[in-house]
Amino acid sequence: MPKLHFKYDIDGDDFTRAGEASSKLKQSLKQLGLSPALIRRASIAMYEGEINMVAHADGGVIDVDIDTVAITIVMKDTGKGIEDIAAAMKEGFSTASDEVRQMGFGAGMGLPNMKKHSDYMKVDSTVGVGTTVTMKISIVGE
Amino acid sequence: MTIGEIAKLTNAKVLTGEDLLSKEVLTACGADLMSDVLAYIRNQSVLITGLTNAQTVRTSEMMDIVCIVIVRGKQPAPGMVELAAESGIAVLSTGYSMYTTCGILHNNGLSGGERVIA
Ligand SMILES: Nc1ncnc2c1ncn2[C@@H]1O[C@H](COP(=O)(O)OP(=O)(O)O)[C@@H](O)[C@H]1O
Ligand SMILES: [Mg+2]
Repeated sequence: MPKLHFKYDIDGDDFTRAGEASSKLKQSLKQLGLSPALIRRASIAMYEGEINMVAHADGGVIDVDIDTVAITIVMKDTGKGIEDIAAAMKEGFSTASDEVRQMGFGAGMGLPNMKKHSDYMKVDSTVGVGTTVTMKISIVGE
Repeated sequence: MTIGEIAKLTNAKVLTGEDLLSKEVLTACGADLMSDVLAYIRNQSVLITGLTNAQTVRTSEMMDIVCIVIVRGKQPAPGMVELAAESGIAVLSTGYSMYTTCGILHNNGLSGGERVIA
C-alpha cells in the first residue's frame, strides 16, 4: 500500500457537522480494503476526538497518515486546553455544556474510548494554547 | 429479522431506506446517549432512540448501524433524514415508546446480542 495522507479542517461552530471528517476517513479506509474491525476502531477513535474538538475547543485540523504499519491520526486544536489530563482521561470526567449533552454526548467516555480503540495515544495540552491528540492504530497483524 | 419486518412490527413509517427493507439485521440496542453507543455497543445493527439529530446518524455510521428507529413519533431534526439517506442508513419512525418498541422487537426474536456486564 502506498503512503497516504489526508487533511481535514474541522469547523468549531457547527455541531451538526461534527463527524463529517470521520465519515470521510471511514469511506477512504473502506476503499483501501482494510478489515471492517480495524476501520471501525479508527473511525470511532477519530469521531470521539472530532466531537471533542467541536464540543470543547473551536475546531482545528486533523491529519491522518496511513502506511503499511499504522493509521496515525493527529488532531490539533487551539482551544482552551485541558487543565488536568490524567483527570480528563478518567471514565465519567466531563466538563461538557448542556448543549453538548442534549446532542447525546458528555458522558466523559470519549478519551477513554479513544485510548481503548487505539494502540498508542498521547494527549498534549496547554491551557489557553490548545490540545493535540495523537493516536496510532496498528495495521500490522491485521 | 429484516428492516421491513421491524417497520411492520412497530407500525413504523419508513422515513428513508425503502431500498434497505429486505436487509437482514441480527441484533439491536436502545439508547439516547450517543456516548454510550460509542463506548459499549459491539455488533448491533439497529439503534432504537429518542435522539433525532445529525449526530445520531454519524454515530450510527461509525458503529456500522444500518437502521435507526425513532420512538414516540418524535420529529427528526432538519437534515437528519437526508444525512441518513446519504449514509445508506434506514430511518423508521414509530409511535411506540422506547420501552415498548424494544419489547416488541425482543419478543419477536431480535436480541440485544450483548455480553452481561458483571
Ligand atoms: N480538545 C479538547 N479541548 C479541551 N478540552 C478537552 C478536549 N478534549 C477533551 N477535553 C476535556 O476532557 C474532558 C473529557 O473528555 P471526554 O472523555 O471526551 O468526555 P466528554 O467529551 O463526554 O466530556 C472533557 O469534558 C473536556 O473537559
Ligand atoms: Mg468527548
